[in-house]
Amino acid sequence: MSADQLSVTFAALADPTRRAILARLAQGEAPVTELAKPFDLSLPGISKHLKVLQRAGLITQGRNAQWRPCRLEPARLKEASEWVGEYRRFWDESFQRLDEVLQEMIQKEKHEDEDHAQD
Amino acid sequence: MKMKTMPKTEYTIEPGRQDIVSTVVIDAPRELVYRAYTDPKLFARWWGPSRYENDIEKFDIRRGGEWRVIQRGADGSEHPFRGVTHEAVAPERICQTFEYEPIAGHVALQTATFEELGNKTRITAQIVFQSVMDRDGMVASGMKSGADESMERLQELLDSLKSGK
Repeated sequence: MSADQLSVTFAALADPTRRAILARLAQGEAPVTELAKPFDLSLPGISKHLKVLQRAGLITQGRNAQWRPCRLEPARLKEASEWVGEYRRFWDESFQRLDEVLQEMIQKEKHEDEDHAQD
Repeated sequence: MKMKTMPKTEYTIEPGRQDIVSTVVIDAPRELVYRAYTDPKLFARWWGPSRYENDIEKFDIRRGGEWRVIQRGADGSEHPFRGVTHEAVAPERICQTFEYEPIAGHVALQTATFEELGNKTRITAQIVFQSVMDRDGMVASGMKSGADESMERLQELLDSLKSGK
C-alpha cells in the first residue's frame, strides 16, 4: 500500500464521529438514518461524513436495497491497523522488556544493600 | 499470586502529522531507566521485539556519539539501525537521530524524556520524521512482521486514534 493511501485513510479516521460510525458498522451493516441517530446531526451532515469514509474506501453503501445500508470495508482498515500495529508491537514489547530488565536491576540493588547491611 | 502489571503504552499518532509520541509509566526510578537506555548491555536486552537479537555495534550515547544496532532474527534476517546522539542529559533526556539503513536518507529525530513520578518514571518518546510520508512509510517497511488478520485490531486502531485526541 502506498503511504499516500495510508494518509487518506488516516485523514478519514481523524474525526470522532467517523470513528464512531465505523465502530457501529463493525457490528453489522446499518442504514444512514440509524447511523445518524446517536449524533446530533442532520442527514446532510451525516452524509458528508459517510462520503469521506466512502472515498477513503473504508465503507460502501448498497445500491439496490431501498434503505441503502452502509457496510464496513475492512481491507483499508486492516492496512491502517497493521501499520499502527507494527509500531505498537515494537514499542509495547520493548517497554515490556525494559520493565523486566529494570525490575531485575532493582532486585539486584536490594540484595547488594542487604549484603552491605550485614557487613 | 501477585499479578504482574504490564506497562501500558499510550500512542499519539495523528493524521497528517510528522511525529509519533509514545508515553509509558514504568515502575522504576528515573536513574535506572536512564541507565537502561544508555548502557549497551542493558539496552540490548529490551529494545525491539523479542524475536530479534540486538547486536550492538556502536553505542556512544554522548553529544556527537554514534550508535548502530543490528536486529537479527532467528531466520537470518537483519535490520540495521543507526544514528548520532545530539544530546544526552542524565537522567532527563536523550535526543538522537534515527535511520533504518535499508531506507537510508530518511532520518528521524527521536527524543526520550524521563520524568520522575515518585519512585516511578514516565517515559515520553517522540519521533519526528522528515515528512508525513516518511512517517507512514518507514514503519511499514522497517518493522514488518507476519500480521495477524483478526478484527480485534480494529478496536486497537480505534483506541490508539482516540488516545491521539
